[in-house]
Amino acid sequence: MIWVLDITMLLFLVVCAIAAITIKDLLSAIIILSAYSLIMAIVWVEMQSVDVGFTEAAVGAGITTVLFIATLARTEGRSED
Amino acid sequence: MSRIQESVIVRTVVRIMVPFILLFALYVIMHGAGGPGGGFQGGVIFGAGIILYAMIYGIDAGKKKISDALDRILASTGLTIYAGTGLLCIISGGMLLQYGAVPLLPDNPAEVSKYLIDFVEIGIGITVSAVMISLFFDVSSPESEEAEE
Repeated sequence: MIWVLDITMLLFLVVCAIAAITIKDLLSAIIILSAYSLIMAIVWVEMQSVDVGFTEAAVGAGITTVLFIATLARTEGRSED
Repeated sequence: MSRIQESVIVRTVVRIMVPFILLFALYVIMHGAGGPGGGFQGGVIFGAGIILYAMIYGIDAGKKKISDALDRILASTGLTIYAGTGLLCIISGGMLLQYGAVPLLPDNPAEVSKYLIDFVEIGIGITVSAVMISLFFDVSSPESEEAEE
């Protein structure tokens, strides 16, 4: 257990999560969310849960980002509120 | 066609990478029983490979490889494999997905279990990849095509 790395990644997760919900540009929010998923996958693997980390990397950082961007391409791309 | 889709570098890299992504997906599916991975993750990676191809070479080229009808057939085939294996176990006198009950090799139930787990993983992989591909096609198809339907 490298606890310095753990704390750094967890802090980065919180920063990513707050940035994803406060930013106005939706494309930026999607990219930040995909970075969140990637860090989360590393955290899962760090916690000896390789299977969950694998799923997080494949679904969270991969497919979800593609589907979000494909959906965004058909909308305005900016948040109303 | 966007500028990214016309780029020779992107097209060549995608053409070279997609077979390896699909091969890696099959590896992940087949090693689900013994290590990290499994039907769901492998299916998602397989779907991602096809989606990458469809993103760069166009939705129509992707639909030529995996049409909507084939997609539907694949999704239901995987589900049938999964449910069929479960039912086979019930018919053989066990619980749902109790692989050891199937009398393929009467003297070695553990061996039967090993093969049937892989069989079920393949079913899950087929269904997940087909559903992922159809999700992407549904979301990213051009508007004009929907008006015709």
